Amino acid sequence: MKKNENIIPATLGFILAFVWLVPLVWLIGTAFSKASFAMSLVPNSGFTLDNIIYVWQNVPFGKYYMNTILIVVVTFSVQCFTGTLAAYALATMKFRGEKLVFLIIFIQIIIPNDVLIIPNYRTLSDLKLTDTKLGIMLPFFGSAFGIFLLRQTFKTIPLALSEAAIIDGCSTMQIIRNIYLPSSKAAYISFGLVSVSYHWNNFLWPLIVTNSPENRTLTVGLALFAKSKEAVMQWANVCAATFIIIFPLVLAFFIFQKKFINSFVSSGIK
Amino acid sequence: MARTSNVRKGLSKQLKIDLKAWLFIAPALVFILTFTVYPILRSLWLGMNQLEMGMPKPYFVGFQNYVQLASEPLFWKVMRNSFAFSLLTVLPSMALGIGLAIIVNKKIRGVGFLRTAYFYPAVMPMIAIASTWMFIYMAQYGMLDQLLASLGLKSLNVLSSKKTVLPALSLMYIWKEAGYLMIFFLSGLQNISTEIYEAAKIDGARPWTIFRKITLPLLAPTMLFVSTIALTNSLKLVDHIVIMTEGAPNNASTLLLYYIYQQGFIYFDQGKASSLTVIMLVIMLTVSMLQFIKTDTKIYYN
Repeated sequence: MKKNENIIPATLGFILAFVWLVPLVWLIGTAFSKASFAMSLVPNSGFTLDNIIYVWQNVPFGKYYMNTILIVVVTFSVQCFTGTLAAYALATMKFRGEKLVFLIIFIQIIIPNDVLIIPNYRTLSDLKLTDTKLGIMLPFFGSAFGIFLLRQTFKTIPLALSEAAIIDGCSTMQIIRNIYLPSSKAAYISFGLVSVSYHWNNFLWPLIVTNSPENRTLTVGLALFAKSKEAVMQWANVCAATFIIIFPLVLAFFIFQKKFINSFVSSGIK
Repeated sequence: MARTSNVRKGLSKQLKIDLKAWLFIAPALVFILTFTVYPILRSLWLGMNQLEMGMPKPYFVGFQNYVQLASEPLFWKVMRNSFAFSLLTVLPSMALGIGLAIIVNKKIRGVGFLRTAYFYPAVMPMIAIASTWMFIYMAQYGMLDQLLASLGLKSLNVLSSKKTVLPALSLMYIWKEAGYLMIFFLSGLQNISTEIYEAAKIDGARPWTIFRKITLPLLAPTMLFVSTIALTNSLKLVDHIVIMTEGAPNNASTLLLYYIYQQGFIYFDQGKASSLTVIMLVIMLTVSMLQFIKTDTKIYYN
């Protein structure tokens, strides 16, 4: 009786899952099979690494990889630093101007960065930072989402712990390092997954900021390749290039599915 | 005497805390002020200036940019496109998100696989999705047109027709977004106590009635907040336009943020692009305010 109840949603669920997976299956299938003129869902030619090798050799994806990894790592590290300090103050201290700080942080949550491309690009050229990796990262060094997430977690840590530590002669930095950081690992992982996915996938801002291959990210590299003359009708190559840029994140997602989904839930709630 | 010194001591103690707190917040605040607050003010100012390529300094023109925009048919077309794209994506992806959440909330074998299948587009960059779907939508050789051909139907070439380009882009976006919205509905569903459902079942309520009378009303707060996320996300979406259509055919797929990008970085008319930015800021602000006005009045009774 109980099992029958779920037969309809289960069947529907698996049919939908199949539909949802079609683009990914086709993408991977095409990336690893010999180029053919006719497009079909089931690859009709043999397995090959030629497309991946061709794309890797003809587009500086190695360089783009290094750039993207650097940007993602540095951005998240700085966000952690600025976010931890701000979250600590907002979670543990009562101070004048608290409301103003919340208001300012809140503005960042409402206004997505992409809307501000025009004025931010001007600020970047005032600072002479256009076409630099630092320029891509700079607007994201203060993360409202990170501050809120960490503050929420810090608030669950009893103040008595740090009061005891103060009596023992610990400095604030020691308290953060020895009490707050170790008890908030889950929050930092969530923050990290959301931040890394965002910056790995971000496109418009890096597109505007960069104009040399030296500083381009993977997404910008893929877009330029997909629109280039040599890519017209060469879907095997475009699929290979697409596969190259998505696989680390998608693979990580397939392995740590639960963790990813929980983190993204917190990203929306802010 | 003792009292005043106590007050002074108390004051200076509070001042110390104030200073310390601001010092801790300062690093984050500097970046948020420079790249979120200041640029908002700067677009207000630049929007009232003429600033085209080759002009060394902005030239103040007041509200002329806005007057000009209002008289421009293309501007209204872009606004209509953005509105249509939001309408075509927000409601369907939310409805689908609720449906998917209900499925993955059931005790089904392989539910982890289902969740993964629905959610993975959310971790893919829009650029990668667009470059994959381009081949689905491609004229004649694309998957869609081939499928139609095998059924003996005429090829549609969806991306080059005024009528089909926005619906086609919307379909792709619904596919990407539904799984993302699903996770919020899922956590909403998990907050509804199972006792309510059991009671309803004992009373002999049918699944559809349970959905309408219990699930939907109790999901209302989640829906409200998801609708702001969905609306904001769809308004700021631009990557797919850059790679798939560039606004073609005849600006039928030009959305507001793409229009800003185009004016600012392809035609280098930064004055006009700034006024457009201000318009977009107002829209974003309205969208997020919507959430507060409504939550104040009712809906929270769970």
